[in-house]
Amino acid sequence: MSQYLLSTYTSTEGAPTAPGSLEEMGAFMSRVIALEADMTSTGTFLFGGALHGPDASTVVRAIDADMIMTDGPFVEAKEHIAGFYVIEAQDLDEALSWARRVVDAIGRPIEVRPFQATGRAADHMPEMPGA
Amino acid sequence: MGGVAERGEAPLVEQVFRDVYGQAVATLTRVFGDISLAEDAVQDAFLVASDRWSRTGIPPNPAGWIVTTARNRAIDTLRRSKRGAELIEQLVPARAVSTPLDFSEEATMVPDDQLRLIFTCCHPALRSEHQVALTLRLLGGLTLDEVARSFLVSESAMEKRLVRAKYKIKAANIPYRVPPDSELPSRLRSVLAVVYLIYNSGADDSERGALRHEAVRLGRALEELMPDEPEVAGLLALMLMNDARVPARTVDGTLVLLRDQDRTLWDQAMIAEGQAIVRACIRRNRPGPYQLQAAIQAVHCDAASFEATDWAQIVELYDQLMGVMPTPIVALNRAIAVGEIEGPEVALAALDAVVADLNDYHLLHAARGASLRRLGRLEAAKVAYLRAIDLAVTDQDRQFLIQQIEGFSGDK
Repeated sequence: MSQYLLSTYTSTEGAPTAPGSLEEMGAFMSRVIALEADMTSTGTFLFGGALHGPDASTVVRAIDADMIMTDGPFVEAKEHIAGFYVIEAQDLDEALSWARRVVDAIGRPIEVRPFQATGRAADHMPEMPGA
Repeated sequence: MGGVAERGEAPLVEQVFRDVYGQAVATLTRVFGDISLAEDAVQDAFLVASDRWSRTGIPPNPAGWIVTTARNRAIDTLRRSKRGAELIEQLVPARAVSTPLDFSEEATMVPDDQLRLIFTCCHPALRSEHQVALTLRLLGGLTLDEVARSFLVSESAMEKRLVRAKYKIKAANIPYRVPPDSELPSRLRSVLAVVYLIYNSGADDSERGALRHEAVRLGRALEELMPDEPEVAGLLALMLMNDARVPARTVDGTLVLLRDQDRTLWDQAMIAEGQAIVRACIRRNRPGPYQLQAAIQAVHCDAASFEATDWAQIVELYDQLMGVMPTPIVALNRAIAVGEIEGPEVALAALDAVVADLNDYHLLHAARGASLRRLGRLEAAKVAYLRAIDLAVTDQDRQFLIQQIEGFSGDK
């Protein structure tokens, strides 16, 4: 089994992610809910979420002993991550077929990226001295 | 194949290596689930073999010898690390580990191993040039140096390409299997595209003829492994009939148009094989882009002379091809065929219709030049040829186009 990040991007200049009218919103939500129900019943869903826009983010840095906070985002770009799922799948093909279903539900492209590791670092380093 | 004796042992060993490399890597990838481990083990086994075989001669089943030796090498490598030792427990049943130099079920080669590996190498999640490089290196058994030279890049650049591609296969967990029926058509398209790209990379260039042979070999292997896929057969037939005409396509390094080729130089055995495949495809009646392109080549190969070509049938096949593959290149080729029936004026109109799509493609301008010349519009023809010369990629193409202009400067 492997874990993948399925992320979708939104453009600050382009159309908003969520559909406009109330009916469209309702249809959008029921597609997403149905998809997530399938993800859950197959043991695929690990975590997911929709993010606030980059205007809401803050970047933290350490300069010497000081903690410096700046208004985000970290990278000024036209596209920002808008939401994501973390899923567990047998292999890339299975992850891609879930990505395809997310694309159908939300009508936006999805980037599929494998995790090198998930969970707590300590869980991956049982032999660490002192751990 | 009477050359075995005079070739001597060393080149023969090399030949065996090339023949079994893909099989061995594919089988060990299945057993260990790791391409790099499989490659390293096979290369180790080749080292052992080249030393031993020079003394004892080549064993009766060299492929089996290589796979067994490589398997044992891979197990040794894994044993040296703790994680590897755990992996062995999961991967290889205890009895297989305890019986070195013996055939275990797991290390028995099955033809499907290569099929699985080619679907991994040609996975659409990998970029096209990586697909091609992996396929040539892992299944074609071409050396790194040979693959690099084929694509006119340095050995280190090609090495980087292969490392990146293998990294992605491992990190993203690209599966090693033949895709299920529901995904097969689209995944097979990408495999066939890679094989055809390899073929075309070696076309019209005697230096890179090895790529053509490798593509034909892969095409044959695929056809054997997937006898129920008519497009696989179609691609093989297409490559065979193209290959059959290579000897006539150049004279002293200069391109010769189909119109002017010495048809006695065409390889009739290859043509017969290709045409037989096309006939079988027609009986199956499940046409697709490769089968239709092969059928067009079959009609060309049938003609005793350029004048005897059945252009009506060729145009009809291009019409069918446009139905399943409506690309500007197909439209360009169809326009040229139409011109042979209806004359240069009609051809020129059809060519002008694809100018917007193919304005940067030298052959479009060369075809326009040829039609304009036939219409007696020599100035316009020259302009078109000059544009083609500007856009041509190879010296051979440029040379040919320059000759065309020189040829008609004497026209009235």
